[in-house]
Amino acid sequence: MADKAIGAVMVVGGGIAGIQSALDLADGGFRVYVIERSPSIGGVMAQLDKTFPTNDCSMCILAPKLVDAGRHPNIDLKILSEVTGFKGKPGNFKVEITRKTLSVDLDKCTGCGECAEICPVEGTNPFDENLGVRKAIYVPFPQAVPLVYTIDRSMCIGCGECERFCGPNAIVYDMEETVTESIKVGAVILAPGFEEFDPSKLTAYGYKDYPNVVTSIEFERMMSASGPTGGHILSPLDGRIPEKVAFLHCIGSRDSSLGITYCSSVCCMYSLKEAIIAQEHTPGLKTHLFAMDFRAVGKQFEDYRIRAEEELGIKITKNNRIGSIEEDPVTRKLTIRYIEGDHILDEEFDMVVLGVGLRPPINGDYLARTFGVELNEHGFTAHSTFKPLETNVPGVFVAGAFRSPKDIPDTVAEASGAAALAAAVVVEGRGDLVTEIEYPEERDVEGQEPRIGVFVCHCGTNIGGVVDVPGVTEYARGLPGVVFADDNLYTCSADTNKYIANMIKDHDLNRVIVASCTPRTHEPLFRQTLKEAGLNPYLFEMANIRDHCSWIHMHEPNEATEKSKDLVRMTVSKARLLEPLVKPRIPITPRALVIGGGLSGMTAALEISEQGFEVDLIEKTNALGGNLRRVTHSITGEKPQDILKETIAAINERKLITLHTGTEIETLTGYMGNFDVTLKDGAVLKVGAIVVASGAIEYKPTEYYYGRNPNVITQLELEEEMTKGAFAPKNVIIIQCVGARDENHHNCSRICCTTSMKNAIALKKANPNTNVYIIYKDIRTYGFNEDSYLEAARLGVVFARYSDESKPRLSYTKKGLVFRVFDRFTNTEITIAPDLVVLNAATHPDPKNKVLAGLLKVPLTQEGYFLEAHMKLRPVEFATDGIFACGLALGPKFISESINQATAAAGKVAAVLSKDFAEAEANTAEVDSEICTGCGTCIQVCPYSAIERGEDRKAVVNAVLCKGCGTCVATCPELAIDIHHYSNEQLYQQAIALIKNGGGA
Amino acid sequence: MNPIAEGSGGKKAATAEGFEPRVIIFACNWCSYSGADLAGTSRYQYSPNVRIIRVMCSGRVDPSLILKALRNGADGVMVSGCHPADCHYINGNQKAEVRVSFLKRFLPHVGIDPRRLGLEWISGSEGELFAKIATSFTEEIRELGPNPLTGDDVPEVR
Repeated sequence: MADKAIGAVMVVGGGIAGIQSALDLADGGFRVYVIERSPSIGGVMAQLDKTFPTNDCSMCILAPKLVDAGRHPNIDLKILSEVTGFKGKPGNFKVEITRKTLSVDLDKCTGCGECAEICPVEGTNPFDENLGVRKAIYVPFPQAVPLVYTIDRSMCIGCGECERFCGPNAIVYDMEETVTESIKVGAVILAPGFEEFDPSKLTAYGYKDYPNVVTSIEFERMMSASGPTGGHILSPLDGRIPEKVAFLHCIGSRDSSLGITYCSSVCCMYSLKEAIIAQEHTPGLKTHLFAMDFRAVGKQFEDYRIRAEEELGIKITKNNRIGSIEEDPVTRKLTIRYIEGDHILDEEFDMVVLGVGLRPPINGDYLARTFGVELNEHGFTAHSTFKPLETNVPGVFVAGAFRSPKDIPDTVAEASGAAALAAAVVVEGRGDLVTEIEYPEERDVEGQEPRIGVFVCHCGTNIGGVVDVPGVTEYARGLPGVVFADDNLYTCSADTNKYIANMIKDHDLNRVIVASCTPRTHEPLFRQTLKEAGLNPYLFEMANIRDHCSWIHMHEPNEATEKSKDLVRMTVSKARLLEPLVKPRIPITPRALVIGGGLSGMTAALEISEQGFEVDLIEKTNALGGNLRRVTHSITGEKPQDILKETIAAINERKLITLHTGTEIETLTGYMGNFDVTLKDGAVLKVGAIVVASGAIEYKPTEYYYGRNPNVITQLELEEEMTKGAFAPKNVIIIQCVGARDENHHNCSRICCTTSMKNAIALKKANPNTNVYIIYKDIRTYGFNEDSYLEAARLGVVFARYSDESKPRLSYTKKGLVFRVFDRFTNTEITIAPDLVVLNAATHPDPKNKVLAGLLKVPLTQEGYFLEAHMKLRPVEFATDGIFACGLALGPKFISESINQATAAAGKVAAVLSKDFAEAEANTAEVDSEICTGCGTCIQVCPYSAIERGEDRKAVVNAVLCKGCGTCVATCPELAIDIHHYSNEQLYQQAIALIKNGGGA
Repeated sequence: MNPIAEGSGGKKAATAEGFEPRVIIFACNWCSYSGADLAGTSRYQYSPNVRIIRVMCSGRVDPSLILKALRNGADGVMVSGCHPADCHYINGNQKAEVRVSFLKRFLPHVGIDPRRLGLEWISGSEGELFAKIATSFTEEIRELGPNPLTGDDVPEVR
């Protein structure tokens, strides 16, 4: 019998992909080791200002994930570490990790930053792309996790000041430690990210020579409010505000002269985003984008482009690869020469942003060698279409940009997918290596007078250097209810936390206040301390006298001290009213429902069952397979129909899967852990989680005589024809974007360009004399799909570009079809007499989505696709817990992308089902039914449908569904609802304590 | 006669000279509170008159709570949340906007200058904006002078 799989997974790389994989696995009951080369997790996403297409602030959505990963008991972050050895077999690998530490004891450093204050050496900051400065001892960025300082030895002059000033004695200047350890894991996920293309080798752009030429990532740092220019776009030369900025696409992408033929997938969109944000930051700024094709292929990306062009006046000029930039040596303005129509134009700009491509990670080759993983010809990892996250080494998976250049949502979906596959390898070790912390029994404080302990932090000199900390502590001692107060150098350090626990016992404290930094990062730590001391964690409150006081009033010590006293007094007033709270526990039915029997649904069902859970798979038609049934060949050579047969066979064999075909959902009620479902055939199901994989449909064209002329067919019909044999058309025209990117359907169907290439190549290969014409608006063969574009061109496929102003025209006479189009590339009218016209019919949402969305109470996009919880970071989840989605139901995508999402959704489901119970929020709303008049206003405003009417028509909050926002409390005309931990009285006392000096007593 | 609108002056009203306003900002946990944190980490110096009260969502801030604070003598109250469409709780900020704009119309009827109530969207990445708004709001309140209401002369409302 083989050894039992080790319930641990190693994730190599701590960017958003690595973080997501780690969180999924750790939540699913596995130990995770994250190996990160730099001093902090976060990756490139931490450097970004905003994210497209929502213009969400990147750090705001990333930082909570960093904190979660940093404090998760099942995640070990190994920073400054590299993998140096790998052996073993799936379920039982041995990975050697080498960590090189210089001068700072990572366990002792509290991240207070005094060392950086005192450090006399300033140099350029790589996190700000060397546009800003930092000290020789530094954290990469303020929200870094773990928050420990590192010495940049290339900058350090060795004065040793930091060592002398370090309060916790974390700096031992001469320490140079190389630790090698061997870690046993059952599976590995490689997520090392990517490298930006370095444009300095392309001298024609003058990067580094012309100061006003910057890369997109440099520009990103300039736009960031926390960046080197505080979010102001300024000329790096003289700090002038630019009036015109150009963005050049495909710098280091789609460039065979460099040997980089692939498309980097994200540059069109990030350039557009940067243009939009730049115009927002700088009123009157004009931006102009130059691209060969504009590739807005993602969900609602095209809407974003339309808004940018039509509402914001951003200019996008296509058909142009700008080859060089001229700088005026006097004015330092930059001239770009480009073609528009028949004209060659010169245009002057104050600044030019180079849209640099994504290269394989710098350690990609090394990792591939170490793990024995195959790379493709572009230097990224090699995969098959149907096993997109697996490598040639069983048990080693890849997620994110190391697989291919991609945007954040695809990266996150892959990360969750890889986590699910890794979990399936180590599933028998689930729970073996996780840390279960044992806490003492909670003390009952019911009815006790408040006995408050206040701990005031110096935070080195961060607070103590400005605020009179002993004075504040003395003041706190005199406040009503306070029985103990003390000041500490570092309240967050491990030894002070022990001290707090001891003081809780010695002084019989039943409320604890720490006056220090922000609860957003430190509240979880102190709550833990309370639990360890036998107090309910909700009997804790923080006063933020650093971020909200000492740091922002550095030159007003008296005011800062008075304000600190106010903040402590306000916090004491609230703390007197704190009550112990318990997170409601929801029992989980360990069974899943998958809606839709296409490839996504089948994949999700199989992967959920791989982790040992029962699945009900429902398919509305009588046969499994969905749209894949009509796909006859793939660009990578695999045979889709063979794989479909294998997949269906696997579903039928799998005992854990119960198949329900020819039926649909009739009713659905309940919440995560406990959904009750009835099907139209009368079956009654009880499941703990749901996956929506209901697919999409092919648009039925009304254009171009479709349905009226037998020689006009759709792309899927072409594939069906091609398998029948004896099919030899002479002149084939493929028209792109039929039912997409038009007045009625704004968005791009993502897959059609590549599908056209696939079929054009197949036609050409079958008969080189066949003339194939592809009539397009933009060729959007993003990523490695670009290879197919190049191959089609090589095989002699002819391309003609149309625009909305000059749409292709098809007419038919007795002699046959006549096709005309004005080609925007050559600016000539082309006439062809085709014997076959193939319409690249768009992917459209299933109209039945409305019904399903209504049953599930989840939202749809305006177009009618399902709308995920968060476009960037929660691509397969709904805001409603326990319901997930994948595949075409969310929007158009490739087979491999559907598989990634399906696997990701399956992993999320398994993580839910693997627990006996789920924990909901503790700070929930509660209705006083004595006061409630049953008006129902709260029911209308609750964003989570968590409030219902009880039998007496009065409102009842379902604590399991309530997220604790408190909107209902603010709405109730009778003040009949209140919310725990942010109650009316607590907030009122907090406010009144400020207004009335010494109040709140 | 309306005792509230009259305002009794009290201890603060007479001392407009050297007046230091007391300003409360109700900041949502997910955006504005973290924006205030970032102002701190970035060391953007702003007016020390501001005191932040953390709430989970700007939509939590009850009009009656604002009213109580103003009637008890707070010189200025601001509600600050996520930008439109960024709300962690889907659309709590929209509800906050409706309530604040309603309350601003109501305040004159109870003798409170509606300029004493503010509403701003500040994201977690806008530390500098938080600092600017904190300072400019404080200065606006300073211009208005002390809140004539002190709460001593007002019957407690629920």
